[in-house]
Amino acid sequence: MTPQDAAPPGQPHEVPTHCPYCALQCGMTLTQSADGRVEVAARDFPTNRGGLCQKGWTAAELLDHPDRLRQPLLHGEPVSWETAYAYIVDKITAIQSEYGRDAVAVFGGGGLTNEKAYALGKFARVALRTKNIDYNGRFCMSSAAAAGMRAFGVDRGLPFPLPDLAGAQTLLLAGANVAETMPPFGRWLADQRANPGAEQIVIDPRATPTARVATLHLQPTPGTDLALANGLLHIAIAEGLVDEEYVATRTREWEQVKRIAAGYWPARVERITGVPIADLERTVRALARRPAIILTARGAEQHAKGVDTVSAFINLALALGLPGRPGSGYGCLTGQGNGQGGREHGQKADQLPGYRKIDDESARNHIARVWGVDAADLPGPGVSAYELLDSLGTDSGPQALLVFGSNPVVSAPNAIHIGKRLRNLQLLVVCDFIKSETAELADVVLPTAQWAEEDGTMTNLEGRVLRRRALRKPPPGIGTDLAVLAELASRLDQSAEPRERHGHPGEGADRAIGDHPTGARFVADPRATFEELRRATAGGVADYAGVTWERVDAEDGVFWPCSSADRAGTPRLFEEGFFTPDGRAVFHPVEHRPVAEDIDADFPLYLTTGRLLAQYQSGAQTRRIGPLRKAAGSAFVELHPDLAARLGISHQQRVRVTSRRGSMTAPARLTETIRPDTVFVPFHFAGEQRVNSLTSDALDPVSKMPEFKVCAVRVEPAEPSGEPEDA
Amino acid sequence: MTQVVIVGYGMAGARCAAELARFGVKAKVLGAEPHRAYNRILLSNLLAGKTDEAGVELPDAVEDVRPGTRVVAIARAERAVHCEDGEVVSYDHLILATGADAWVPPIEGLPEALPDRVAVFRTLDDARRIVALAGSARTALVLGGGLLGLEAARGLATRGLDVHVVHPVGHLMERQIDPDASGILAGTLSGLGITVHTGVSADRYAETPEGVGLCLSDGRTITAGLLVIACGVRPNVDLARGAGLNVERGIVVDDRLRTSDRHISAIGDCAQHRGQVGGLVAPAWAQASVVARVLSGEEPLAAYHPTPVVTRLKASGIDLASMGSLAEEPGHEDLRFADPARGTYARLRIRDDRVTGAVLLGDNPSVGQVIQLFDRGDAVPADRRALLLGRALGGAATAQAAPTPALMPDLTTVCQCNNVSKGAIVSAWRDGHRDTPAIAARTRATTGCGTCTDAVCGISDWLSASEGARG
Repeated sequence: MTPQDAAPPGQPHEVPTHCPYCALQCGMTLTQSADGRVEVAARDFPTNRGGLCQKGWTAAELLDHPDRLRQPLLHGEPVSWETAYAYIVDKITAIQSEYGRDAVAVFGGGGLTNEKAYALGKFARVALRTKNIDYNGRFCMSSAAAAGMRAFGVDRGLPFPLPDLAGAQTLLLAGANVAETMPPFGRWLADQRANPGAEQIVIDPRATPTARVATLHLQPTPGTDLALANGLLHIAIAEGLVDEEYVATRTREWEQVKRIAAGYWPARVERITGVPIADLERTVRALARRPAIILTARGAEQHAKGVDTVSAFINLALALGLPGRPGSGYGCLTGQGNGQGGREHGQKADQLPGYRKIDDESARNHIARVWGVDAADLPGPGVSAYELLDSLGTDSGPQALLVFGSNPVVSAPNAIHIGKRLRNLQLLVVCDFIKSETAELADVVLPTAQWAEEDGTMTNLEGRVLRRRALRKPPPGIGTDLAVLAELASRLDQSAEPRERHGHPGEGADRAIGDHPTGARFVADPRATFEELRRATAGGVADYAGVTWERVDAEDGVFWPCSSADRAGTPRLFEEGFFTPDGRAVFHPVEHRPVAEDIDADFPLYLTTGRLLAQYQSGAQTRRIGPLRKAAGSAFVELHPDLAARLGISHQQRVRVTSRRGSMTAPARLTETIRPDTVFVPFHFAGEQRVNSLTSDALDPVSKMPEFKVCAVRVEPAEPSGEPEDA
Repeated sequence: MTQVVIVGYGMAGARCAAELARFGVKAKVLGAEPHRAYNRILLSNLLAGKTDEAGVELPDAVEDVRPGTRVVAIARAERAVHCEDGEVVSYDHLILATGADAWVPPIEGLPEALPDRVAVFRTLDDARRIVALAGSARTALVLGGGLLGLEAARGLATRGLDVHVVHPVGHLMERQIDPDASGILAGTLSGLGITVHTGVSADRYAETPEGVGLCLSDGRTITAGLLVIACGVRPNVDLARGAGLNVERGIVVDDRLRTSDRHISAIGDCAQHRGQVGGLVAPAWAQASVVARVLSGEEPLAAYHPTPVVTRLKASGIDLASMGSLAEEPGHEDLRFADPARGTYARLRIRDDRVTGAVLLGDNPSVGQVIQLFDRGDAVPADRRALLLGRALGGAATAQAAPTPALMPDLTTVCQCNNVSKGAIVSAWRDGHRDTPAIAARTRATTGCGTCTDAVCGISDWLSASEGARG
């Protein structure tokens, strides 16, 4: 049995849709010819304006790739869907009756459509009734999200549409390498640089392609962005550049932040960061020439002080009067394709759809009504992604994990340890369309559809809800994530009679709805799921109630919040005020502190990690695409020629990089674009090239973001010169 | 709970209280000055009118602060301090952060109680006083050409005063910079309205109808509307000495900042650690952190390790960094670059690939890098010119900067977003794709960020010119 009918032979036709990869969600047109071949063409959409990078152009090459999974696998052997489902349901039932409901966990992804993210959160809370759900967006957007929430009362990556960037007199990019991570974004940067007297300032320990075309590059020591931002604020105060009227009328809590800034005088910040005072001054003076925009990305955020670092940049933006002023503002650059929507609809441990908090009584009541359950039956908050992965298979942790749209074996920090945890599970289920490194470890792998085979919506980095359209049906034997969730929910319900019986006794009128079988509440149809999502998010911060697929088509996307079908979306969030109780933005006092793991005699170099243009995320998809493999087929260790000379390492020589947690090997790449005290390794690669074997599990206390961007390592030749090791 | 009392609410005392609070220890702070804690480093900004008094305040980290409470004695046997107003405050542990006072050299004619138009430059009240005097003066005299004196001079010049600096040593900031740097610095200062007189001492102070005057050792007399004395500071050790603690130039402390009484610590400018007395904020804050870690139990064996001193003078028009020693020693590399016309000077001393001393004056883009190399003892670049000339890190820019397509190797990536080489573009052109849209359709070059469009156009034009006739 298959959840979907087999697709008929391809009729020549085309659909307008969006790229499967990053949060820019470039518009593209997919065409299927009579022989079934699928072609990609760039589409003139307001975000990418006809641009596509190599990843987008080659995205269709996975559709009929030989590596594509076409049948469920049970312990590596092909089985029927019936066998796979039966195995999963039996295991889940047994594990939950022995260890309790929370013993089954769910791990989602920021690439899942809004419909899937929503259904996944609901599946965990209603079908599994586990508190344990989180997702890989925790490794991506959580620091910016937390800082945005506490400053503005809302977290939408860009609170303004992309064209605002082009009009900025000054643009500051903190830890963003968009030239590689979302190349067509560069069109907006080029427009911005063309403004007379424009300044485009990039903060990055590496002279990345983005930094090299900027008008000013600040190259701080890894892990010192917070001090840098506080130092910029200090100069703004010292030079009288603070917008006092804005601060007085549109913000709160300025005084303490101002006093903290007094402790970040330029000479101190220069010494901490290595950025010359003159460059700090030039940056602040440029930012004071409005319109000006400050953007942060993972470089500033993936730290054990990521939330506070983002707060420091927001403090600077507020002091200069940028947020909510036409053409100016603060924003963060979302990473994954649906990194925005994926963090709004309930796959986060502490969240319910519409960016609601799971411990908020009125939010629970609202969602319980939409879901037809008793609010008391909804689980409470679970733990964050790394904490969840770290607890798998332990005495107190989950014994089963269901993974959708993620590959934590490659993408999680401290990956050797996490791999061991995953192996300890009694049940690991992975839904994917290729055999990712995580699927390799799974007991059951369920083959699912690709982006061109499903309908749905994505919310891009601007908070603009977009339509993803199916060009064709999935190949025979392949399911969809939504169908898998609906089927599992239905089967779990049938097998769960005793479980339900000693659940919470019914109370009040809602119980009549609650007595419906759980499985009936899940549908495989994405449009029906979206209609439910609209009701669930109504009245929430991320309100999609007025967004319909038809409107998305007609309006080139709809910006949330959009509370009713007869009201416009909200391209600019803060025109009338901030989303805080009193409408004012809130300064947050933050202090610099050292990195979680500083360099020492044994591990004398900083390691920082990041992306390459021709690869995406864990690389499970892009490493399988010929042209991308040709462009960037393996990891490398980027190091300065002076450092290489001291270590006796030559260009292309295989080197081993070791931290306290593990080591990896890859060829050396010598470049002067990196500081001599720092090495860089891209994180898209697996096996011995996996840099996350080394990264730190230090977490931000608020967002639980791991410190991906800096840890201490040593570097040495992988084998004695001239004599490769046998082993 | 252990009662910790801090005497002194300056930068060291306030920081220590904040650090203790972070570890859950509520200290009682007694400050002699009547204000909330402020950042002494910013007083020169205040002097220059670049900030107001609110702009120099430090954050309140503790609730129990008593400004304007001067401690007059320590009763060690009772573990209590006696305040000027008669109050007695008990402690389990006492932290002395009494700082330092401005030192006034003996000058004939200068009374011990400074006259109205004469000020030292140390506290917020001093800064207020100088600002008030500067309001009615057109000229100012600064005695002392060290860091503080020059900061005061710069601040007064910013207010439009004609400033003269008198310095008894042969060159400015003699402990930090060399005579060549001093010469260039004096030139820079002169352009900012500051005249420097080095190698002359002030023999006699005299009051004139217009204000104040100094008779110099070379026989000249300089008069001005006010005189600022910036001749250094002396650790404030009276309290400690009175209590019988071991005091040399400062209050002697060990690596855990304990004085000769184990219930009393000392930090900041008043403390003397391994023979060194302070004067800078960075060590004071490091000491505050160590004491807080020890007392809170956070890290009972925490120890203070002195870090190298970096002196930084940065005001509009002046950019000076100095560190380490410039003394001549055999086996040291000595790199110099001087461009007096632009006010730029750089000198580095290097031993075993490590910076042992440096002076950077004027426009030196490498200043941040040099400071970090010195601070961390990291190896200097193989190509030393990077440090002297500030050659930015980073290799060649991307392809669009190539001067002519003819010189571009075929393997050069022209379009980064789509990984298209010059060779691929040439092939496309030769296959008949003769303009940018046609080349883009064939190769996808220019379809990403679009910034290589000019480069692709250039290649196409170059091919049209060189091969067009044949093609």
